Amino acid sequence: MAPTYTHKFDHAAFKGEVEIPLGLFINGEHVESKDGKTIDTINPTTGEVICSIVEGTAADVEIAVDAAREAFENTWGYNTPGFERGKLLMKIATLMERDADILASIESLDNGKAFTAAKYFDVTESAATFRYYGGWADKIHGKTIEQSTGKFAYTKHEPVGVCGQIIPWNFPLLMFSWKIAPALAAGCTVVIKPSELTPLTAAYMTKIFQEAGVPKGVVNVVCGYGPTVGNAITSSKKVDKVAFTGSTPVGRKVMEEASKSNIKKVTLELGGKGANIIFEDADISEAVKYAAQGIFFNHGQTCCAGSRIFVQRKIYDEFAQKFAKVTQQLKVGDPFETATYQGPQVSQTQYDRIMNYVECGKQEGATVITGGKRHGKTGYFIEPTIFGDVTSNMKIVQEEIFGPVVVMTAFDTEEEVIKEANSTNYGLASAVFTQNLSRAHTVAGKLKSGTVWINCYNELHPQIPFGGFKESGIGRELGEYALENYTEVKAVHVNLSAKCGFPVDV
Amino acid sequence: MQSAPPPAYPRGSTHAEVDVPTLGRVELPVGLFIDNTWRPASTGSTFSTVNPATGESLLSIAHASSEDVDAAVKSARLAFKTTWGNNVHAAERGAALNRLADLMERDKDRLAAVESLNSGKGIRMARDSDVADSIGCLRYYAGLADKFHGQTIPHYGTEKFVYTVHQPIGVCGQIIPWNYPLLMWAWKVAPALAAGCCVIMKPSELTPLTALMLCDLAKEAGIPSGVMSTLPGLGSTTGDAIARHMDIDKIAFTGSVVTGRKISVAAAESNLKKVTLELGGKSPIMVFDSAHVEKAADWTAMGIWFNSGQDCCAGSRVYVQDGVYEEFAAALKKRAEATGIGMPSDDKTSFGPLISEVQRDKVMTYIEGGKEQGARVVTGGKRWAKSDGGFWVEPTILADVHDEMTCVKEEIFGPVIALSRFTSESEALERANSTTYGLAAAVFTRDTQQAMRMSAALDAGTVWVNQYALIHPGAPFGGFKQSGVGRELGTYGLEAYTQVKAVHHNLSQTVEWPL
Repeated sequence: MAPTYTHKFDHAAFKGEVEIPLGLFINGEHVESKDGKTIDTINPTTGEVICSIVEGTAADVEIAVDAAREAFENTWGYNTPGFERGKLLMKIATLMERDADILASIESLDNGKAFTAAKYFDVTESAATFRYYGGWADKIHGKTIEQSTGKFAYTKHEPVGVCGQIIPWNFPLLMFSWKIAPALAAGCTVVIKPSELTPLTAAYMTKIFQEAGVPKGVVNVVCGYGPTVGNAITSSKKVDKVAFTGSTPVGRKVMEEASKSNIKKVTLELGGKGANIIFEDADISEAVKYAAQGIFFNHGQTCCAGSRIFVQRKIYDEFAQKFAKVTQQLKVGDPFETATYQGPQVSQTQYDRIMNYVECGKQEGATVITGGKRHGKTGYFIEPTIFGDVTSNMKIVQEEIFGPVVVMTAFDTEEEVIKEANSTNYGLASAVFTQNLSRAHTVAGKLKSGTVWINCYNELHPQIPFGGFKESGIGRELGEYALENYTEVKAVHVNLSAKCGFPVDV
Repeated sequence: MQSAPPPAYPRGSTHAEVDVPTLGRVELPVGLFIDNTWRPASTGSTFSTVNPATGESLLSIAHASSEDVDAAVKSARLAFKTTWGNNVHAAERGAALNRLADLMERDKDRLAAVESLNSGKGIRMARDSDVADSIGCLRYYAGLADKFHGQTIPHYGTEKFVYTVHQPIGVCGQIIPWNYPLLMWAWKVAPALAAGCCVIMKPSELTPLTALMLCDLAKEAGIPSGVMSTLPGLGSTTGDAIARHMDIDKIAFTGSVVTGRKISVAAAESNLKKVTLELGGKSPIMVFDSAHVEKAADWTAMGIWFNSGQDCCAGSRVYVQDGVYEEFAAALKKRAEATGIGMPSDDKTSFGPLISEVQRDKVMTYIEGGKEQGARVVTGGKRWAKSDGGFWVEPTILADVHDEMTCVKEEIFGPVIALSRFTSESEALERANSTTYGLAAAVFTRDTQQAMRMSAALDAGTVWVNQYALIHPGAPFGGFKQSGVGRELGTYGLEAYTQVKAVHHNLSQTVEWPL
């Protein structure tokens, strides 16, 4: 029987004890791992250990994959009709909504994001994602294509099978939902590896799955490290498809392992260096607020963050001044305090990496307009930072920092800024601020970016697809498009009356 | 802009008590539901609803006048402009429908009991079939609300941004029949609300009770005031007022061809409101020599005796190939005589009375007429011996019929099936298709090439292969020819409640004037 951890929450929005299972969740049960090791999960606000979760190994992955295969062949897939799968997903959504304060508290504790963000964004959108895909489960239609008297041809969109899923630490619960909901809607079964930095909301979700009645083996949660558990998933010959969200270098490895093993289908959601373009006719107040939200939301730990701001020269000074002012109003501190906007970065490693980029920026000659240092004396807190006077060859302009650090520069013409915005190997998200919507549509058409926000930023909804051009990824999550990741198209040709024109005498 | 709160009406003018088997004495709404509140008819007029198992009057129901229709339409139009339609995110409309489904689930025994009392269905059938399928329909459309996408059309590249949006039509009148009161309500309300439309619902004057109960559940589910109004009344008065109303954008009707035609004319004469119709049928079943005869007989029995034959898609003509005719006829007769005929309140009952005296007499007239024209009653052909004041007609098979007989051509809407024999496939197909109807059809055969040929060639909106009667919210349903216009259910079902708008947003095209 695997251990559990009980945490006592006592903050303004929620007081209560929550029990979190620490074991691996395989075949409907919480179990110990094959070799008994554990991973300490750290509270980024204090640097202290919250609890020690069971560490999965390659051998555990194999057991999980077998359980997922068994469930796919015998209880899930076509054995459970779409409307039943849908009902289950809706039930999960309802339970998440019921336990919203609990899930948000765990997320804040484990990841460091502000409780208000965790509740009103992460948990709300996660439940909405399950609800959304619950509605798709019985509507995954193929086509009837030919219906002459000679032939009847149709397609079926069949579930791919056993899907390996590897998710990051920046939006633990949201990423968990984005992966599991469409997979289950399509009839697939899942082996998912949460990030070893933030395993706790996934662990709590296993209780919700049990309560909702998810059949054994349909979802298996194996926590562990990338090189062990992650690698076991990507290189398993018994896994039909892998979905990964994380950094571009690791994404490359995932794709390599997938092709070396069994050419399993691959979808990747990787990094970004979002271009936020502010034209001179923008509503400057709104643009300033969205620009701040665009980079500082989730402490900059967002693949689609607007981390490069381009401001048309005529309004540059006004914008810069207002942007700095707004940024300085953002409160950095304890995630459980209601006034806090920005909590700590997720780990020491991330903190070090970001501060390294900040130093780099200073050394390369960029100007610190605000921030540029640690916040406070303890913990992984970094002041929201704006760099000006940057040039396109600087490291802080080229590379993804994944922290509350933004670079800002002026531009003159539409043509010039589009070129600059596109001169990156990434292509995940960008934004355009202008009151001239015709220009917005035109510029949106030219940006090489999987998402273009017009007069807004960081809007993510289960109905609307999300994913990257170029090295930001392969495939789309969310919306109807996500279903393609979890289905295989089968074409069936029924010969009704043709005779074989083969030049032989039988 | 808020409309003035309606005056409170004494409960006695909008609610009444009635004894419901398995529930006891129950208070039910009997008024009009407008602005999420109950009120009597503006004229104070009422009509009576009858218990088909006893012939006795159950309750007096408010009879909506054309003034009442006006009030409901005003309320619906306001809601459409402010609290519903595109003012509400589609996912929220879906969530409201899902909550309504949850509430129907909670109250399923109550709904089943009242449905059984008012329509004569066996209570088990009402619960396990009608109520359960209605909930399923609501959940289907709850999940579809935010998924009915338009297109972006890249034809002009960078010069022009062209796209379509599927916008809710607006205020929709819906007139539903008495054979599946709850299910027909769900088929109409669910897609309409999912699409963002507001609804003026007229339940059948024979079976208004469950539609009225659902108003309170809709309100409890958080569906805003004005989105759904329910106006009980007669077709010739309330129904006509809806069909002719100049501010109703669309009408959906399920019922007879005769009335459907009237509604279509009224719609055209008034404001050319959009019309969808689900009308009658005289659906043919073909049983080929290779068919599994016992199974074919099971499904055929289901097809004609489910709901006592009161089904627009009932399989009311069966053509049996020479080689299996005798065997099939015997098998079908056996099933007719084994039918679960009984009192609606009895859990064992799966075959209740017909809905009214008028319907019962009509069915008997068809049977007598058939006999006069030379048909032979194989089994049934008369009222059930234990009918008392109720309207049962026994499961009936008429044989030795020919295609020109009235009982073979016209829709009887009762438990009467016309049994014929045929020799060749082409003959069967021709006879199956020679009808002005086209709602459903079925083929029983183990030759699957034949099944595919037949399903392609039958002029019917639904074709069953080796099955009858089972439908699902995901599969569209509707008629070819005079069986109707448009489709309900499936994603197709949303088309009836949306209109396509194409937007051409010019980015860089210019025009020279003069040309």
